[in-house]
Amino acid sequence: MNCNEKNVIYMDNNATTKVAPEVVEAMMPFLTGCYGNPSSMHNFGGQVGRCVTEAREKVAALIGAVSDEIVFTSCGTESDSTAILSALQAFPEKRHIVTTRVEHPAVKHLCENLDRLTGHKHRITKLKVASDGTLDLAEYEKALSEDTAIVSVMWANNETGVIFPIAEMARMAKERNILFHTDAVQAVGKVPIDMRELEIDFLSMSGHKLHAPKGIGILYVRRGTPFVPFLAGGHQEKGRRGGTENVASIVGLGRACELAAETIEVENTRVKKLRDKLEEGLLASIPKSMLNGHKTARLPNTTNISFEYVEGEAILLHMNEHNICASSGSACTSGSLEPSHVLRAMGVPFTAAHGSIRFSLSMYNTEEEVDVILEKMPGIIALLRQLSPFWKEE
Amino acid sequence: MWEYTDKVQQHFLNPLNVGEIDKADGTGDVGSLACGDALKLTLKINEEEIITDAKFKTFGCASAIASSSVLTEMVKGMTVDDAEKITNEDIAEALGGLPKEKMHCSVMGREALEAAIADYRGITLPMAEGDVVCECFGVTDLEVIRTVKESDLKSVEEITNFTKAGGGCGKCEDKLRDLLAEARADKGLAELVIPVEKPLKMTVLQKIKKIEEVLEREVRPALRKDGGDIELIDVDGDFVMVSLRGACTSCSKSQTTLKEHVEKKLREQVLETLIVEEA
Repeated sequence: MNCNEKNVIYMDNNATTKVAPEVVEAMMPFLTGCYGNPSSMHNFGGQVGRCVTEAREKVAALIGAVSDEIVFTSCGTESDSTAILSALQAFPEKRHIVTTRVEHPAVKHLCENLDRLTGHKHRITKLKVASDGTLDLAEYEKALSEDTAIVSVMWANNETGVIFPIAEMARMAKERNILFHTDAVQAVGKVPIDMRELEIDFLSMSGHKLHAPKGIGILYVRRGTPFVPFLAGGHQEKGRRGGTENVASIVGLGRACELAAETIEVENTRVKKLRDKLEEGLLASIPKSMLNGHKTARLPNTTNISFEYVEGEAILLHMNEHNICASSGSACTSGSLEPSHVLRAMGVPFTAAHGSIRFSLSMYNTEEEVDVILEKMPGIIALLRQLSPFWKEE
Repeated sequence: MWEYTDKVQQHFLNPLNVGEIDKADGTGDVGSLACGDALKLTLKINEEEIITDAKFKTFGCASAIASSSVLTEMVKGMTVDDAEKITNEDIAEALGGLPKEKMHCSVMGREALEAAIADYRGITLPMAEGDVVCECFGVTDLEVIRTVKESDLKSVEEITNFTKAGGGCGKCEDKLRDLLAEARADKGLAELVIPVEKPLKMTVLQKIKKIEEVLEREVRPALRKDGGDIELIDVDGDFVMVSLRGACTSCSKSQTTLKEHVEKKLREQVLETLIVEEA
């Protein structure tokens, strides 16, 4: 299969990222000759085990953790489920969870189905967000109670890029002896994270959002935090997650974390500048367009813009004709009939929610690509607005 | 990503007959911004009742735009009587098919056409009169029944795909299931309804009564033999709160007893969904 990568302008990096060539290179030996099982007694497997250990150290280094606090999983979703279900099993008498209305489905749908999964009834507090996507810490403080088993709040929102004050929220939970989990899938590699200075018990991350392959995730579990495994089985991951290690991807993720430590600066300077140019350009050249999400408390690579009176899927398919890849929070793209729960929680009006487009950049994007989008988008929106019965030329 | 046919792509990227006819003889305005798609269809009709021109404006996804575009092509040159016979299946077929989740786009086309013809004739559509079943998308019972019959729908999921009803909060699911059965029975197709596992519905009072009966008959005798007892404290939805008494309170196996014995019995004999907890 040939995907013609070269022809594509890829601005959908919050969905998934290009596997870095350096990562592919690091992985190759483990997809070919070095196929030993890291748990084996023979040196052929044992040497692979040492590579897994090294990868673990690299991941730990990126977030200021100790290597035995890193548990490899299959994806961010598994990490989220593991953390939350672990807390509920560790404190079965506690029946309350604090989360937000804008969590990723990995946390949202888990919380909605806890009764069925655990056989217990749980009280779920979903914190509201303001129209710019930010949380109210006073509401959060009020929600915390003696009955709260765990707080699960994402570090940065995947749709809008809005960043939550995780350091402070974790501290507030810790003061009350409540476990704190954060889904940092979108934040790792873009926001500096140092676990030594944070009071976070669990942190989820995902390989394919930072230029490692799909199918590998991480759960950070702070030393001393009570832990109940999600996948029972062998002794792998010190008994915290059964299943033979996904060695090639683990090594790849280790390399990707090394790279991320080097490129986090680039993300916050060059990538941010490109994002800002794109955002300002679109908002200036297209009437009735608006930014969804806080202007500054936001990931450096993400912009979510609504174009009123047009529908997201139609926009995306026209962009597709120009080989531009992005996402939409419209109902039609999700297969459901309602627009994104994130935009609805923010109170984005229907006229705008259906026409939202998310551009998410990476270090591989160029200024030329931004220029192409700035050139094409006004025409696409104008064309669709001509079709729209709600659009009135002003 | 949706698998759209070439025909859909073609009508979406280069839609035909875009616009609004000035002094139209018939106008059909359906859908809304909130619903995520809307279509305004305008028709020019001559004295022989032939549709001489048709134009549309559509807010919506690729299949909504393509359905509108192909519809205008279909009706041009038709008599009003013939146009009236166009079904949503005809529209989907003219596009070489639509993904099942997108069938509501073709239904929107048919609705707009009907509305435009009714407007031309100066009558009110019976559809608009039915009772709204789905509040989220404003779908009436008459629309649901009609679509079930026309497109031979067999499940609530299909009703959602075709009419959007039930695609929002989902509160109308039970009503939709009833309408589905009603419409299919009407057509003599009742036996083909896909059975949905429907939990038996009971009021709290019925539940408490039944649970007490089962506890008394099936549970207490065994517990009493060991010097224990069980008391029903409360029933909240599916949650049955009980309290173990006597020797049971100090018994290390009491949790197992609750789950494997009491809950199992209650699920078998009262309601499949019950969850027993110690109060």
